[in-house]
Amino acid sequence: MANRQPILRIRKNEERSFLSKLLIKVIFIGIALLISALFINLVTKLDPLKVYASMFRGAFSTTRRTWITIRDTALLLSIAVGLTPAFKMKFWNTGAEGQILVGGLVTAAMMIYLGDKLPSGVILLLSFVGSAIAGAIWGFIPAYFKARYNTNETLFTLMMNYVGIQIVEFFVDVWDKKQSHSVGVINATNQAGWFPSIFGQQYLLNIIIVAVLTIAVYVYIKYSKHGYEVTVTGESENTARYTGINVPNVIIRTMLLSGAICGLAGFTEVAGISHTISVKTSGGRGFTAIIAAWLAKLNPIVMIIYSFLIVFLNKGAVQIASDFNLNEYASNIISAILLFCILASEFFTNYEVIFRHKEEH
Amino acid sequence: MDNNCAVQLKDITKTFGAVVANENVSFDIRKHEVLAILGENGSGKTTVMNMLAGIYYPDSGEIFVNGNLVSIKDPKDAYDLGIGMIHQHYKLIDVFSALENIVLGLKNTDGNDLESARKRVNEICSRYGFDIDPDMKVYDMTVSQKQTLEIIKVLYRGAEILILDEPTAVLTPQETSRLFNVLRNMRDDGKAIVIITHKLNEVMEISDRVTILRKGQYIGTVNTSETNPQQLTEMMVGEKITLDINRDFIEEKHLRLEVKNLTVKNIEGKKVVDDVTFNLYSGEVLGIAGISGSGQKELLEAIMGLQKPEPGSSVVYYSTAHGVHELVGLSTKEIISHGLHLAFVPEDRLGMGLVGNMGMTDNVLLKRYRKGKGPLLHRQQPMQTAIKIKDELDVKTPSLDYPVRKLSGGNVQKVLVGREINNKPTVLMTAYAVRGLDINTSYAIYNLLNEQKKRGVAVVYVGEDLDVLLALSDRILVLCNGKVNGILDGRTANKEEVGLLMTHLKEGE
Repeated sequence: MANRQPILRIRKNEERSFLSKLLIKVIFIGIALLISALFINLVTKLDPLKVYASMFRGAFSTTRRTWITIRDTALLLSIAVGLTPAFKMKFWNTGAEGQILVGGLVTAAMMIYLGDKLPSGVILLLSFVGSAIAGAIWGFIPAYFKARYNTNETLFTLMMNYVGIQIVEFFVDVWDKKQSHSVGVINATNQAGWFPSIFGQQYLLNIIIVAVLTIAVYVYIKYSKHGYEVTVTGESENTARYTGINVPNVIIRTMLLSGAICGLAGFTEVAGISHTISVKTSGGRGFTAIIAAWLAKLNPIVMIIYSFLIVFLNKGAVQIASDFNLNEYASNIISAILLFCILASEFFTNYEVIFRHKEEH
Repeated sequence: MDNNCAVQLKDITKTFGAVVANENVSFDIRKHEVLAILGENGSGKTTVMNMLAGIYYPDSGEIFVNGNLVSIKDPKDAYDLGIGMIHQHYKLIDVFSALENIVLGLKNTDGNDLESARKRVNEICSRYGFDIDPDMKVYDMTVSQKQTLEIIKVLYRGAEILILDEPTAVLTPQETSRLFNVLRNMRDDGKAIVIITHKLNEVMEISDRVTILRKGQYIGTVNTSETNPQQLTEMMVGEKITLDINRDFIEEKHLRLEVKNLTVKNIEGKKVVDDVTFNLYSGEVLGIAGISGSGQKELLEAIMGLQKPEPGSSVVYYSTAHGVHELVGLSTKEIISHGLHLAFVPEDRLGMGLVGNMGMTDNVLLKRYRKGKGPLLHRQQPMQTAIKIKDELDVKTPSLDYPVRKLSGGNVQKVLVGREINNKPTVLMTAYAVRGLDINTSYAIYNLLNEQKKRGVAVVYVGEDLDVLLALSDRILVLCNGKVNGILDGRTANKEEVGLLMTHLKEGE
């Protein structure tokens, strides 16, 4: 019949209420769990509920595990928060990996060279400042070229990661005393430059630093003059010029900040968690954090939720792998399904799909 | 059914989310006739025609073409039914020639090879009086030539029903009358012509019947010979309004801007503003006319410090309160921080004058966010100003934080103009201040500009509608290829004179 309507049509709808958006999200997480359950059952013949319970145990079964989950959430969050000012400016900083690595490298250097010369607190302070500066330099270089010559920042920051990896590789060889291609735990005996325990909690300082950073970036973006300039520049460079904003300066300034925070993430990782340095220090978090930042629509407070979700999924993945003797990739598929469904839900919060009406005659 | 009826629309409804673009619209389009669809911006006139062209699909209602109920799912369906639409933004490939653009997308098997196509194109041209070189590349064409090409393209595909969306918006008076001749030829040949427009004088000149839409509703159809602009306006707006623009003469005049030998080059090194010299006085509206892209944008931006003028250029700013300043060499930030009261309403409202994703408060903040102590923003004062603008100019917005890009065009412009006027400017420059606005808002803007003029502000009005320019301006500066091609007295100049100056550069200048 020639007079039929199309079977389905897509229509933009930007006016959904907060509640209906939330409902859509919840429905999609439900769908994700269903698909994953189906997947688990078909591929492994396991009971999906048991698998989900096992994932939960991976993150929370003991107090120590819970602390580690929170610690890792904080670490991922600090990187996502670091990316925020750059992303708000629509400067696609894919160079967090490199910025973390050079920040961690400076921290490790301080610990190695000053470990027996200065008190631990002073080393911490120097590492803090040094790692921020190192990260800032890693952010400055691509920003300068973007501001000056309009180079593509995505590729440039990505390349800077490889430079960072090579430099770390080099120093690992310099500091490696046992020819084991690893630095080993630095200052294992006197713990110089390590994060101290607070109230008996080993990772409380990590969390405090990240909490402060998160709130600071939130306030910076939302309430400060600088943050306003960043937002205007990101929304429209022409408007920025119209209002007299020096766009190149804002680009450079913002990337100094973004790089510095990512550098601090390297500091937290090295001085507060692993107490060593290797090319794996960044562990891909510089990329994972992009997902957290993006899903949270660049709101640092919402990023807490998504950072936690991602870390939770990773812990769960490891746990299922050991509990059921599965390949870790199987559980990664579950995380992938969940993230994919959350992303897909974005589409349905902005658009609606209309199916063909029933034929009336 | 009437044999003459080409298209019949019955109870067409189309909504976008909560917005009702068309509600139960019914009317018909006849052969041998030019039908004008008249309505303000947002009245749904383009939407209803897009449904005929297969761009949108109606939520409900029926469309009959030549008496048969049809379903138009995509533009191809529309072509198959002989419906062709010329959109406001042309859909041409720049690097292709006219001929290549015409056959683009057609199957080679149906006698559409370039040579037979050339023959048919020539046939179409001689039949209706088009003038086009089939081998000319699109990037070499003027706006008017591109439009001609779009029409030929549609005719080539066998369209019997032609829909033109705001066809005269970018044309000079001369080009418009040429277009109208062609449209008349096509009508006499039996085609059904629809022009979507909001310009009354054109409706009166070209159309046989007028269909009026208002806020998505069908208001009525009248024969052009039995109506007048006043009646049409009332149908379109829904109330009586006067179509006069006041033009007071202000005796007291002070020099405000002295522009001398201002030259601006674009990235390719071409002079887009070429040795422009003029004076601007308080208490006057200086109209700037010119076909689009004659340097209007660059001229205003250069004065605001957004473009870098060539050496030898000079723009001197005189103000009773702030003394004399040379503006060339100052950055926009310096102009703002020196407290020079230059207000600028740019052409690209959401892309330059405002931030679309921000609300009214944050947009008012744009010009003054540096004020106040400390590193944090002070939103209190801008919020008060935003409230004031909202009340005084009757801006319709759900809240002061509601993203301005979601407001209607008229409200967006009120926010922008309101902010610029609020700063008590000495010089107020506006670029296409009423483009895309409805009649009421347009007149509100004219009144605001006149009010500013009476207060002794020097107003620059870059416009495209010559009728308005002639009614509003005390003086009219005509730009042609970036050069000043004449400065006329707004009270004595006529349209043809301005039109000629826009297109023909005077010898020896």
